[in-house]
Amino acid sequence: MYTDRVIEHFRNPHNMGKLDDYSAIGKVGNIVCGDVMWLYIKVEPDAESRDIITDISWETFGCTAAIATSSMVSDLAKGKTLDEAISLTNQDVASELGGLPPIKMHCSALAADALNEAIYTYLTQEEKPIPDALQKRHERIAKEVAELEKRYEAFEDKDKAPCS
Amino acid sequence: MIQPIYLDNAATSPPAPEVVEAMTHCYTTSYGNASSLHSHGREARQAVEESRESIAVHLGVQPEEIVFTAGATEANNLALIGTAFSSGDRKHLITTSIEHHAVLHTIEWLKTRGFDATILDVDPTGRIDPAQVREAIRPDTLLVSVMAGNNEIGTIQPLDEIAAICHERGVLVHSDAVQALGKIPLPMDAVDLLSISAHKFHGPKGVGFLFVRKGVKLTPILHGGGHERGRRSGTENVAGIVGMGVAAGLAFDEQPAASDRLRAYRDRMIDTITQLPGTRLNGDREKSLPHIANFSFEAIEGESLVMRLDERGIAVSTGSACSSPNLEPSHVLVAIGVPLSMAHGSLRVSTGRQTTEQEIDTFLDILPKVVEDLRSISPFKVGE
Repeated sequence: MYTDRVIEHFRNPHNMGKLDDYSAIGKVGNIVCGDVMWLYIKVEPDAESRDIITDISWETFGCTAAIATSSMVSDLAKGKTLDEAISLTNQDVASELGGLPPIKMHCSALAADALNEAIYTYLTQEEKPIPDALQKRHERIAKEVAELEKRYEAFEDKDKAPCS
Repeated sequence: MIQPIYLDNAATSPPAPEVVEAMTHCYTTSYGNASSLHSHGREARQAVEESRESIAVHLGVQPEEIVFTAGATEANNLALIGTAFSSGDRKHLITTSIEHHAVLHTIEWLKTRGFDATILDVDPTGRIDPAQVREAIRPDTLLVSVMAGNNEIGTIQPLDEIAAICHERGVLVHSDAVQALGKIPLPMDAVDLLSISAHKFHGPKGVGFLFVRKGVKLTPILHGGGHERGRRSGTENVAGIVGMGVAAGLAFDEQPAASDRLRAYRDRMIDTITQLPGTRLNGDREKSLPHIANFSFEAIEGESLVMRLDERGIAVSTGSACSSPNLEPSHVLVAIGVPLSMAHGSLRVSTGRQTTEQEIDTFLDILPKVVEDLRSISPFKVGE
């Protein structure tokens, strides 16, 4: 079911835990669907004044795929400029892991979304310009979170609302 | 080399060596078709009927009341569809919200074929109150299907009281007793129909039976050569039936002692695990099968827990949404009101004939470490 790369990252995940001196957090997912990911980034300028993700870590509540994708996205984003990190997609995360079972693809989306949200939070708090693509993804993620919360309430009311 | 510890016996159990030996003999020597006239056929027929008689004697029923099937899913389908299609004017069935899908989905299907059903809610331990059955019975109620012991949380049901209410009103009682055989005495006096699967008690997969009390009308769902007195066509699975007979013999003989031994393991697991912070027992401590214990762990997700334990050689299972094909948490845990966050962090531990005290020690030593490890990378902290 899972590739060797997935199992490897699940067994020995990279960059796990909470950064002490992070610049921003990206929080995504909902406990109703069994996956929650918090991604911490530390951003510092390099010699050419470009914003670099100099450190990164995560805390994840989720399945094997959620933990492996958290580990992978942190590897992929570490040391990258914010512009480079913004362009990372869930496909990049999944393919670096040698693929994911179709039903687990949403985990790779969660990892890419967490990175997106961490960068969005950072740029917002620094009052820096937000690229269009990042803004659009942020709006989509916010909308999905709102929908999940609505479903969560429905589920708790015993009106069965399955996750998708 | 890690010594594997198999604690998923409610999913399936390792075949007993005696079972494998008897089946090997069937495949190598008694390979005839039990319907054939020649000596090979007669030998196979004799093996099938000896198995039937042995099972019937252990159950205290007549051999002709046993219908061999390809497992409990088929037995449940035959019990429900078979009685429904012989029911005349009675078109209403009653069951519980925590039945196996082989019962619930069959009843859902019957609802698309002109039948009606009432699904009874269970209490937070997974029990139904016989009074609920009394209230739900209608003049057109045909059958009540209530499992003997739940496959996920182990809770056992008051079948004698339920049956007394049903029989006053001429309503049939069916029980899915798949997890009960070899673990608790079977409710043979209470039921009109009872489903069993061999691989849950150290027999082979792909074989089971339905007990059908004499006089209960049953329309077959498999048509063909008229095997099993016309109630289930298809060449008998001779080796499977023989293997099941051997496994059932062992299970009945060993049941009282096995029950005490496995219950002691369960009690120890409950005492130890519920002492860990942020844990709960799902189900009932007392009114339970002896071999199934279900726990939830705050702040961690069950699929990761199963995989982490698997790395350490321990096989268990979870009702987490992440482990299910439709990404929904277990309907049993939802039905007993386990909060969703805790349903995602559920773990089912089920012991068997081969389980040892030492394996339980090892499991109880490793589990807290794995739980702690996963909690250390979770955004949620226990007690928040």
